[in-house]
Amino acid sequence: MIYLEHYLFLAAIIFTIGVLGIFLNKKNVIIILMSIELILLSVNINLISFSVFLNDISGQIFAMLTLTVAAAEAAIGLAILVVFYRNLGSIEVSKINKLKG
Amino acid sequence: MENNLINIFFVPEVSLAILAIACLMYGLFSKNNSFDKATNFATLSLFFLSFLVYFDFTTNFALFENFFSNTTFTKFFKILTLLGAAASLIISKNYFIDTKINRFEIPTLLLFSTLGMMLMISSKNLMMMYLAIELQSLSLYVVASIKRNSLESAESGVKYFILGALSSGILLYGFSLVYGFTGQTNFDGIYTSLSHLDKLPIGLVFGLVFILVGLAFKVSAVPFHMWTPDVYEGAPTSITAFFAIVPKLAAIALIFRFCLEPFNNFYFEWTQVIFFLSLASMFLGAVAAIAQKSIKRLLAYSSIGHVGYVLIALVAASDQGVRSASIYMFIYIIMNISVFAILLSLKKSDKYVEKIDELSGLSKTNPVVSVSLAIIMLSMAGIPPFIGFFGKFYVFIAAIESQQYILAVLGVLASVISAFYYLRIIKGMYFDEVIEGESFDFTINNQAKVILLILLFIITFFIFYPSLLVDIVSGISLI
Repeated sequence: MIYLEHYLFLAAIIFTIGVLGIFLNKKNVIIILMSIELILLSVNINLISFSVFLNDISGQIFAMLTLTVAAAEAAIGLAILVVFYRNLGSIEVSKINKLKG
Repeated sequence: MENNLINIFFVPEVSLAILAIACLMYGLFSKNNSFDKATNFATLSLFFLSFLVYFDFTTNFALFENFFSNTTFTKFFKILTLLGAAASLIISKNYFIDTKINRFEIPTLLLFSTLGMMLMISSKNLMMMYLAIELQSLSLYVVASIKRNSLESAESGVKYFILGALSSGILLYGFSLVYGFTGQTNFDGIYTSLSHLDKLPIGLVFGLVFILVGLAFKVSAVPFHMWTPDVYEGAPTSITAFFAIVPKLAAIALIFRFCLEPFNNFYFEWTQVIFFLSLASMFLGAVAAIAQKSIKRLLAYSSIGHVGYVLIALVAASDQGVRSASIYMFIYIIMNISVFAILLSLKKSDKYVEKIDELSGLSKTNPVVSVSLAIIMLSMAGIPPFIGFFGKFYVFIAAIESQQYILAVLGVLASVISAFYYLRIIKGMYFDEVIEGESFDFTINNQAKVILLILLFIITFFIFYPSLLVDIVSGISLI
């Protein structure tokens, strides 16, 4: 039998992978975008499992809205990345270092 | 009020959405470069909307009753947001045209992000809050990287996007936990479902901390401030002006409402977090700015410090605290608009001034400008008789009344440290050696000049009539 805790645990693991993916990644900005998607999807797992176990519809509505925003966010992120690539000719994380104080 | 369909157009948010779409349509379908007209249109609509918010034709419009809160607090912050956005458009218009980033997308995107901020300020539901935050930050990611041929601008866009998206993800995870453990998404619902508990369950503690971390990213409180100096430096100065003036207001209003509405009974849980954020922001803002060479980076650290002072008022957690925070934010945007109005019109050898040592000799060639800048800097440092003193004064009073002596004392200390770098700018203008053969050029359009003069008047002569602002603010409360 799968209980609520299992879903929450899964979501927490995916969330952690996403956060670590942003901080530990040294190579490619695309991987950061993928990690952001992971974070948002782990939240969706959370919301939907809560919604099912609480017998309450608003969690599922929330998940729908999150999906929509995640798509918009990915589109804008890729657009900004294209602008960046045109200027530098590379999307390596270690090369994002022009601004420093 | 009866629910006439026409009434919906008098809801400020609805009419702002329509005006923003109209601005977009106009820009798309007009043949020649429409930046000029689009900006004027956006400015006028922002002024119009602040009237709409002020007169408030639609108290408790039935359709949105569970999503919006409409109180004196939200009204005050909405009017400040709208006027701040309008002022930042006016002062930056010349700069946009001069640096050839005059595209109509800029006023349009700024209108959309202002819409997001208005929704943030009055959101009363977790879903609404998330969508509003995303609407404002998605628009701001784009404007940060709007100067497409500049590496700095693109890089600031990338950094802002990555950290902003991470913070929204953390915030959203907190929302999901709060929703799961209370079964509610409404602020009122969360409050009632928590009211019979005397201790927060562990899941809710996690949720609360995640949400506070996400909000701390948005207000750029230490230790979640990393993006602020980079974004401020990389983005075009006119966009930096907008970043410094407007989004802070909405984020501060949101963090106040979130802490004091649904989680009001669990004061001790969130105060610990806010206490640390406030202290760290004040001191890092004061210390890290000392080593900066770029004025924009310095202003970024200065804004981090100012956020620290406002958060003192949140720790005070009283009506007095809310009022003093409103006063502080009012004063903060006045000072920021005027400093950016000067920076956006001051050129040295055909380049806009961006480094502190480029200001040397300003007092010889443009005495009026340098006196104004000196007044603003003294005011930001919180030196009486200028207006900045009163912001800090009321915040510290609120802290002392709620027995937060440690924060008040350390706040005064941090404010002394931060006076150093504000004074360094003044020293640069008056006492540094002048390099021969370079001349300043101060060109400012008439509307911006009017704004700058009014604000300088307020900054200098506020001391004679401080009760004016106190009277306005004394009616403010969260409920």
